[in-house]
Amino acid sequence: MSAPWLEIVNKIDEYRWQIPPGYKEGMKVPGLIYTSKAMLDHIWEEQVFQQVANVAFLPGIVGSSLAMPDIHWGYGFPIGGVAGTRAQDGVVSPGGVGFDINCGVRLLRTNLTEDEVRPKISQLVSELFANVPSGLGSSGKLRVSEKELDEVLVKGSQWAVARGYGDAEDIELSEESGCIKGADPEKVSNRAKKRGIPQLGTLGSGNHFLEVEVVAEIYDKDIARVMGIDEVGQVLVLIHTGSRGLGHQVCDDYIALMNGAVKKYGIDLPDRQLACAPVKSAEGRDYMAAMAGAANYAWTNRQCITHWVRESFSKVLGGGRQKLGLEQVYDVAHNIAKIEEHNVEGKKQALCVHRKGATRAFPPNHPDIPSVYRDIGQPILIPGDMGRCSYVAVGTQLAMKETFGSTCHGAGRVQSRSAAKRSLKGVDIAQTLAARGITVKAASRGSLAEEASEAYKDVSDVVEVTDKAGISLKVVKAVPMGVIKG
Amino acid sequence: MVDEFEILEHTADVGVIARGADIGQAFANAGKALFSLITELEDVEEVIYREIEIDAQDRESLLVRWLNELIYIFDTENILLKVFDIQQLTNTSLKAVAYGEEVNTAKHQLKTGIKAATYHMLKIDENDGYRVQVLFDI
Repeated sequence: MSAPWLEIVNKIDEYRWQIPPGYKEGMKVPGLIYTSKAMLDHIWEEQVFQQVANVAFLPGIVGSSLAMPDIHWGYGFPIGGVAGTRAQDGVVSPGGVGFDINCGVRLLRTNLTEDEVRPKISQLVSELFANVPSGLGSSGKLRVSEKELDEVLVKGSQWAVARGYGDAEDIELSEESGCIKGADPEKVSNRAKKRGIPQLGTLGSGNHFLEVEVVAEIYDKDIARVMGIDEVGQVLVLIHTGSRGLGHQVCDDYIALMNGAVKKYGIDLPDRQLACAPVKSAEGRDYMAAMAGAANYAWTNRQCITHWVRESFSKVLGGGRQKLGLEQVYDVAHNIAKIEEHNVEGKKQALCVHRKGATRAFPPNHPDIPSVYRDIGQPILIPGDMGRCSYVAVGTQLAMKETFGSTCHGAGRVQSRSAAKRSLKGVDIAQTLAARGITVKAASRGSLAEEASEAYKDVSDVVEVTDKAGISLKVVKAVPMGVIKG
Repeated sequence: MVDEFEILEHTADVGVIARGADIGQAFANAGKALFSLITELEDVEEVIYREIEIDAQDRESLLVRWLNELIYIFDTENILLKVFDIQQLTNTSLKAVAYGEEVNTAKHQLKTGIKAATYHMLKIDENDGYRVQVLFDI
């Protein structure tokens, strides 16, 4: 039987599938999905075609409405969606960033091997769990005043490092150096700040996690070495969290505002959740200033957690940083909108690049990546689910040419949370994982089942597509040894 | 009797459909549905209350604002709400009192964190009473 989507998409090659603009009246550009034929069935069932097509309605959108292979159904924008709009006369859409502004990932490398850590993993996981506040309704150990929170919004990671949370090098080795310029605390509502104050320095719940992992495979030794990843068996630490309630409130506030702006500027949209305003309008500028603040909050959050990870390792495994390592490899945002320069139709243009569940993938020699990575390209951190593996990749010139320098961000769900819980009823996830050598500690048992491997696409299939398509190149694969879930 | 609410399955998010003889009841049941995602409602007692007064540009936005207000109360005050008395409701404004209890981890099991109510697939239908549909980002 032929698949229903065969009638709709144009196959460009094994990994590129185009949705022509005629698919839905009002599309300004085509849709382009990076995926394999095997994964298209699921993408079709999820009605993601509709969502990719809806994004193509945004005023000022250029190139294509893009979807990465981990794409799945989201509200408004699909998760795994990338859209570039002209900064001059295009729009910015808060829904194209999502509620968890600058949800992202940070990777630390250690000087330790699996043999040294495994005997103490249980103790280490318990210590991390005690030291890094996590779970629904948890509040942080940090006590910040309103004035200090404003500084967090403006300074990002720098704020944390200045207070002893982390190394100066951490800042340099983060996307945007852990701080988007132009943040304005005045544009962040008091409600957002009220949510943000107690939650600073918390992991949160849902799919957020902290993972101690082991290098399982190295695909490119020379590139890995530049990142300080030298051998199979080396221990790494991955931190996945975002801007917590502050970011959620900023998104909510600005979607409400932009619902008005849509009428004011006469923008025609197929879904209210895509509400937007011209980048250059007062509404657009205010959102960008508030979003930058929320993004900086998220970087501060990951920075503080980094510090507690280092403390925890030191306490359990003994020895100082010299012995342990725990230097930062990189930190990426995967829910963000940024003004970037890209070549469009042979002309350099400033674009507002929305990445919602997508990672920046800048190539070697790009001025916006740290000097140590100039020769290899920007590191890309792609977490999988807690039972499988995660990847480190690097950005490419082809990504710059085709995807506004973007690639995938993770595995992508295939099962709803309650379906996962139902299908795993009676299964002790922690025990199942323990039998495979993975120690897990979660704030709630429910969240463990919701986030089990069965609920996700295999991240290896996702990374295979981006690698073969050439929009990012895989460098390292790591498997989990200890996981903390909110 | 028709169920007060049901949970909608979605891959990455979760939605609710709430019903009521009048629109106020449907809004109240949507609130109940929201907190049923966060915790077991039967464990929540009505010992404290919060007064809520909100405005929005139309009825759909009002529904989103209403639910986001409840999420805000949970997120900032750690209060689980279960009974909602809608005192006044127009197409653009709502006045209500919500009753519930502060989170007590010995008693309440927290299930799912809800980031926000969205406009995606948002629906308010009138047909033999009211039916509202909302999707949450979780």
